Amino acid sequence: MTIARRTEDEDMQVNNAERLSASGTREALIRRLRDCLPADCVIENSESQRPYECDALTIYRDLPLAVVLPQNVQQVEDVLRICHTLDVPVVARGAGTGLCAGAMPHPEGVLLALGKLDRILEIDPLARTARVEPGVSNLSISEAAARHGLYYAPDPSSQVACSIGGNVSENSGGVHCLKYGLTVHNILAMNILTVAGEALAIGSLGLDSPGYDLMALFTGSEGLLGIVTEVTVRLLPAPEIARVVMAGFDSIDAAGNAVGAVIAAGIIPAGLEMMDRLAVRAAEDFAHAGYPRDAAAILLCEMDGTREEVAEHVDRVVQLFRELGATSLTVSADEHQRALLWKGRKSAFPAVGRIAPDYYCMDGTIPRGQVAYVLNEIYRLSKQYGLPVANVFHAGDGNLHPLILFDASDPEQVRQAESFGADILDLSVRVGGCLTGEHGVGVEKLRKMPSQFSPHELIQFEDIKYAFDPALNLNPGKGIPILKRCQEYRALPDRHRHD
Amino acid sequence: MTERDVANNSDRSEDIIAALGEARTRHSALYITAGGSKREMVGRHCDAVELDVSAHRGIIDHQPGELVITARAGTPLTEVAAALGEHQQILPFEPPVFGGKATLGGTLACNLSGPARPWRGAIRDMVLGVQMINGRGERLNFGGRVMKNVAGYDVSRLQAGALGTLGVLTEISLKVLPRPQKTLTLRYALSAEQAVQTMNERAGEPKPLSGAFWVDGELYLRLSGAASAVDSTARQWGGEALDDDQAPWDQLREMTHPFFGGDTPLWRFSVQSSARPTAEFGAALIDWAGAQRWVRGEHPRAQLQRAALDAGGHVTLFRGGDRGGDVRPPLTPVERRLQQHLKKAFDPDAILNPGRLYSWL
Ligand SMILES: Cc1cc2nc3c(=O)[nH]c(=O)nc-3n(C[C@H](O)[C@H](O)[C@H](O)COP(=O)(O)OP(=O)(O)OC[C@H]3O[C@@H](n4cnc5c(N)ncnc54)[C@H](O)[C@@H]3O)c2cc1C
Repeated sequence: MTIARRTEDEDMQVNNAERLSASGTREALIRRLRDCLPADCVIENSESQRPYECDALTIYRDLPLAVVLPQNVQQVEDVLRICHTLDVPVVARGAGTGLCAGAMPHPEGVLLALGKLDRILEIDPLARTARVEPGVSNLSISEAAARHGLYYAPDPSSQVACSIGGNVSENSGGVHCLKYGLTVHNILAMNILTVAGEALAIGSLGLDSPGYDLMALFTGSEGLLGIVTEVTVRLLPAPEIARVVMAGFDSIDAAGNAVGAVIAAGIIPAGLEMMDRLAVRAAEDFAHAGYPRDAAAILLCEMDGTREEVAEHVDRVVQLFRELGATSLTVSADEHQRALLWKGRKSAFPAVGRIAPDYYCMDGTIPRGQVAYVLNEIYRLSKQYGLPVANVFHAGDGNLHPLILFDASDPEQVRQAESFGADILDLSVRVGGCLTGEHGVGVEKLRKMPSQFSPHELIQFEDIKYAFDPALNLNPGKGIPILKRCQEYRALPDRHRHD
Repeated sequence: MTERDVANNSDRSEDIIAALGEARTRHSALYITAGGSKREMVGRHCDAVELDVSAHRGIIDHQPGELVITARAGTPLTEVAAALGEHQQILPFEPPVFGGKATLGGTLACNLSGPARPWRGAIRDMVLGVQMINGRGERLNFGGRVMKNVAGYDVSRLQAGALGTLGVLTEISLKVLPRPQKTLTLRYALSAEQAVQTMNERAGEPKPLSGAFWVDGELYLRLSGAASAVDSTARQWGGEALDDDQAPWDQLREMTHPFFGGDTPLWRFSVQSSARPTAEFGAALIDWAGAQRWVRGEHPRAQLQRAALDAGGHVTLFRGGDRGGDVRPPLTPVERRLQQHLKKAFDPDAILNPGRLYSWL
């Protein structure tokens, strides 16, 4: 139906003389990359490539033709131009903490690792913005802004390591996103390089821009539309005070009800997190945060703002939790205790990692009112599959993180874990939710996309992809399924097929 | 909701799909309209057959405990606000209702937000999901009714400010917020320059600021939130405290403030909040803690654009002036090409609101 449009596309006119045969590609590619990058910034030896073979979802692994580590934006541009000319796939990588195999290398492509672009270029305290390179870690922005009384609000639990480029590409959230929004709400402008290496500045230092909102489109686009080379983020004033209320409950239903009750009371906590028994015990053994080991679930509800407001809201939340049958209640008395109570939550993933050889983290988002129902269903599935599950998640946003415990050395358990995960995603969609709240689709949830989207919707995604990357060279095989329809009129190389 | 509202509720999406099909067969373009409140503003003049979608209206679902409301795009904002009001909730982005004519769909398409925008976000920030009909007449759902959703591209948010050029919006789900317990306005006599400095300094303090604008030598700061927080901040900040009915926020949001009167061209600067104010284009009205600035009059475009670029943003001819020419700043060739590709991805036959956003789009 749209054949003419594709073939007319200027980007599609790849110079055939430049196109090299598959066998010659690798040599030509490496030679050209070496022409523009220092010797130690091009890694072709598979042993040295190992650290880059996967992200934090380690069951998916692959090795690329080459890993490149550009030191500046010019080198990123050079790499993109070379790959564009040679029609070679490019996969961007930030810190590799992603949980959907989004940064897994492509076997016929280049892995573009952006970790060396890690400078904070400018902090403007009056305008409350920071301009940073993509490899800067999330936490270091807040650390640098702290001397101005400012911070960068989205705080993924991986914030010590994860990069802002990765955050943008996944639209990452964190425990404070309930009140302060996701990455998309906290960034103003970006520099992008297109797949052909052309510079594109999107957003502005104002609060909107004149054409289509490419900031919205690029945020969460998983490296499929362009490479982020600079980000201007908004900084917020650090709150006067923050206090966290920890409440234990003797049933999942009671804890689930309490989540809805806080919101219904007209309070928007800075964060409202839930952990179930298995997660609580693992975290407590690891962090000694003072969690009640006998509770079926705990809630961590943080209030921040002015002193008066926080005092008022803490009182109301404590009262509410008591009425709803909390079996234990702790209010942080000082910063030390607050940090400790959060330490358990923030280290919950690695803590759970200690009680099983491997865990598989899901990310469905559901209406808040369905939390108790869905958790109980997950426990039922856990029995059915014979695999334990720990839950630690952003309850205020309805964003679940069931951690399925399994042993990756047993292929049967891997299959069972994947199938269990898929059931959880179906369940999330069935109760009116979605496949992924913050971790992204990547390779992992690609096959599940048709359970959330109709064929027309998937084709619309595909058309957006073509608008930016007509040869499908940016992170191919991830994020959005490329349907068979395309293969009818374009001879797609195998790398773009998903079936 | 009044009885009349309920009686008016109806799903006309099949009619919209049929109208699009017809337009495609006839190779004719459509201009999407609902309340008609923004016809002469925001975008360019669009010369096409009208597609009136105002009958496609009604609230579909409001879950107060979830902080989510879903309504058909033709629903008047006043109806949405009334439904939320029953549960002490608000549309966080304070959109102009323009005499009750403004609809939810038009507001999202134009991405119009009121004074609270820098703190509570634009409608763009609150949209959780949309149902839309693209130029091929396909009914599509993106996002949803939950707080977070990163499956696929964020097509819902992309509709904000697209002026209906990517699809006819049919349903919109939004995040809403509890009504703040207390609101209070403080007034100060200051020059534009002092006001911009003060607005930005105040916005950098952890206080419940929810509005900051300056006009005619006076800075207005609005506080909203828990009563205790509002009162203690007001004591610390001083200034002349105004009663709610004396405070000009409604006039500002609805553009009924005298500054907006008359027919002379109205220019909107969207710039870095801290940018130094300029008197180059006459007296300005400075809103959004400095990030949105309005000026009036006939001015050379190049001069306006240079000033906007210097201030880290852009300028558009919001209302009046020549609406046959481009009302938005020129884009680079790469930007232009990508915007055109995106338009084609949704509306390959250029049926929807051609030229409304840019003459070449
Ligand atoms: C223990 C743990 C806790 C976590 N907690 C959270 C949490 O609370 N909230 C949350 O949202 N996530 C969480 N995550 C997931 C992960 O940290 C985030 O997705 C993070 O944003 C990934 O950043 P990264 O730099 O590691 O990106 P990577 O994993 O390197 O890459 C992620 C994706 O972004 C693309 N990409 C990276 N950089 C660029 C760029 N410059 N331009 C274009 N594309 C790029 C990659 O191609 C890939 O598709 C957690 C992960 C772990 C391991």
